[in-house]
Amino acid sequence: MAEQMTGAEMVIQALVDNGVEHIFGYPGGAALPIYDAMFQQDKVQHILVRHEQGATHMAEGYARSTGKVGVVLVTSGPGATNAVTGLTDALMDSIPLVCITAQVPTTLIGSDAFQECDTVGITRSCTKHNYLVKSVNDLSRVMHEAFHIANSGRPGPVLVDIPKDVQFALGTYLGIDEVGASRHKSYHPATSGDSKAIEAAVDMMLKAERPIFYTGGGIINSGPEASEKLRELAELTGFPVTSTLMGLGAFPGSNPQWMGMLGMHGTYEANMAMHDCDLMINIGARFDDRITGRIDAFSPGSTKIHVDIDPSSIGKNVRTDLAIVGDCGAVLEEMVRLWRSKTNQPRTEAIAPWWEEIKGWRARNSLGFKNSDTTIKPQYAIQRLYEATKGREVYITTEVGQHQMWAAQHFPFEMPNRWMTSGGLGTMGYGLPAAVGVQVAHPDALVIDIAGEASVQMTMQELSTAVQYRLPIKVFILNNERMGMVRQWQDLLHGGRYAHSYSESLPDFVKLAEAYGGKGIRCDDPAKLDAAIQEMLDYDGPVLFDCLVEKHENCLPMIPSGKPHNEMILPDFEDDIGAVIDEKGRQLV
Amino acid sequence: MNAHLQPSGSAYFLAAETQVPERHTLSVLVDNEPGILARIVGLFAARGYNIDSLTVSETEHEKGLSRITVVTVATPKVLTQIKLQLERLIPVHRVHDLTSEGKSLERELALIKVGGSGEPRAEALRLADAFRAQIVDATTESFVFEVTGKPSKIDSFIALMMPLGLIEVVRTGLAAISRGPEGM
Repeated sequence: MAEQMTGAEMVIQALVDNGVEHIFGYPGGAALPIYDAMFQQDKVQHILVRHEQGATHMAEGYARSTGKVGVVLVTSGPGATNAVTGLTDALMDSIPLVCITAQVPTTLIGSDAFQECDTVGITRSCTKHNYLVKSVNDLSRVMHEAFHIANSGRPGPVLVDIPKDVQFALGTYLGIDEVGASRHKSYHPATSGDSKAIEAAVDMMLKAERPIFYTGGGIINSGPEASEKLRELAELTGFPVTSTLMGLGAFPGSNPQWMGMLGMHGTYEANMAMHDCDLMINIGARFDDRITGRIDAFSPGSTKIHVDIDPSSIGKNVRTDLAIVGDCGAVLEEMVRLWRSKTNQPRTEAIAPWWEEIKGWRARNSLGFKNSDTTIKPQYAIQRLYEATKGREVYITTEVGQHQMWAAQHFPFEMPNRWMTSGGLGTMGYGLPAAVGVQVAHPDALVIDIAGEASVQMTMQELSTAVQYRLPIKVFILNNERMGMVRQWQDLLHGGRYAHSYSESLPDFVKLAEAYGGKGIRCDDPAKLDAAIQEMLDYDGPVLFDCLVEKHENCLPMIPSGKPHNEMILPDFEDDIGAVIDEKGRQLV
Repeated sequence: MNAHLQPSGSAYFLAAETQVPERHTLSVLVDNEPGILARIVGLFAARGYNIDSLTVSETEHEKGLSRITVVTVATPKVLTQIKLQLERLIPVHRVHDLTSEGKSLERELALIKVGGSGEPRAEALRLADAFRAQIVDATTESFVFEVTGKPSKIDSFIALMMPLGLIEVVRTGLAAISRGPEGM
């Protein structure tokens, strides 16, 4: 029903009506009326962060682990600009967020007022859509539309900028049903996918001899049912499955058809199979440059099917032979139905030689590493962490760098929504706040941020948030006293000249954890690692685990810059790593 | 795809651009709301697309719709991306590539100020008549002509005025519409 209330009250009412239980925010002058309205209710719980970037990553972790929209509330000016990194991260990884920013009163907009910035201008290119609400009577409609846009089609961040006078003003609140889902008649995200195209895809699959499913984050975004359908389709067809970084968990890591992650640090078998396949079925991935390697040599002999909800992703980087614009879950369901109607048999015999080839590539053991009795190898640390947490309800977040890739390689997932990482933007500092957001959504689960000592310092202050709200996150720092990935690239490309890629004056992470009110654990002995991990898991509260690891370990396997999938550097590579990439390749990022 | 090598700034080599850039006129139907022009121009700037000409005006007041005509130069592959990227913007209803959808009408209006006296002035008047340009302002030492037509016609008129005392030119940019009974 239409009701009279202030703009600030409308914000809260709209959050409640859109099913929001938690929001992540930081107050400030222009946001005070909303905070006052928040103070007088108990339906929405506010988590006070320490920096607005932290709020956005928490909301991302919350959204990614629940499938719900993550909500952020920040003040004008610096509150909004600090949120920009997280908004961009959410845009790149298609994470549904609604970010409410306060703005100076409408009468002051454009006057360079205190804590004024052009929020909608600054965030136009890092949101799916944004609004400046100039009239209180538009507010409820805009709020509902923001949630609808954030969570439909290809999800993404939506920002609503609300001037202070609009928060104070009295107006008419309309519920979701009264305004309709969207005023924008122009917004029609695709849903089901063209049935003729899907049938054509299934016909291609029925003839394939060297097929591969190349899956991505779109399956996670589509919801757990999409993962179920993928599993069903994989079982029906017998085809191998690989995934991008963003899609990990959609297909179980323990399944024999699982090939491991593909791409720059993907497995040898996944990349070789991508290179040599005759049919590539891309479901919810976008041919990102970390995946394709050198694009003119990318999977030269294959027919490519691309399923994506965003038509602009199709044909952007790689030409596809068959495009299906639609939601991954709906398309997978239709594929399963059609496959069943056409045959009862997986193509076991027809693709047996293909599996033989794959077996040969697998035998190279591309994730192998030389373990040590004296120093902890980072890969070993992750394997032990996996063993210690196996079977528990565990959620993993990461920062960005070598530790992120090792986690993706050595920590298999059985379920979707259990893996939160910054893929597209590669935001160092993502993991700790994301873990806080995940823990808010899943208070009884085990939430671990696999971190590096450099990344984690970018948003370290959010440990204070974890302590305040009794969120027992575990921060497992692989401390090599290096920005490991930068150092690795300097070895590859710049003659081992380590320009500013080492961590000097590192804090004592044990004391730091204690200073924040958490627990600190340090371990540098492989023999004591299991006991130390157990101590971390047994502690009921936030833990910083300072795991001192081998300092110069390279993250392998790797497709070096400018090389195709079938020219990977494998772990048994023994020549000078600085000689792999030629002069041209050096210029690439 | 899988064409030959081309070093690019990107992570890996992108496929070589073997397609030839073409000039296309796009008609974009949008909700007339604050920031819509910034969204469109920002998208072109951020993704490195060209804008040769841009015309914006509200066309259906009751429905709150504006029509934006963009002239751009791009390869067919990039043109497809431009169209799809524009359609991703929430307030964009439709994007039509008038150039590839068949013959369309293209018109532009220009106001052209020409100074001078004596024979050049008389010559300017005669040419204006030939181009069906209207005189919309006149003083003893100047005229302002209004000329409408295809951009090429306006180009030639301006070229002819150049030696006769051309002072300044303002052009509206292109307004374009498809031929035949179909609407957008």
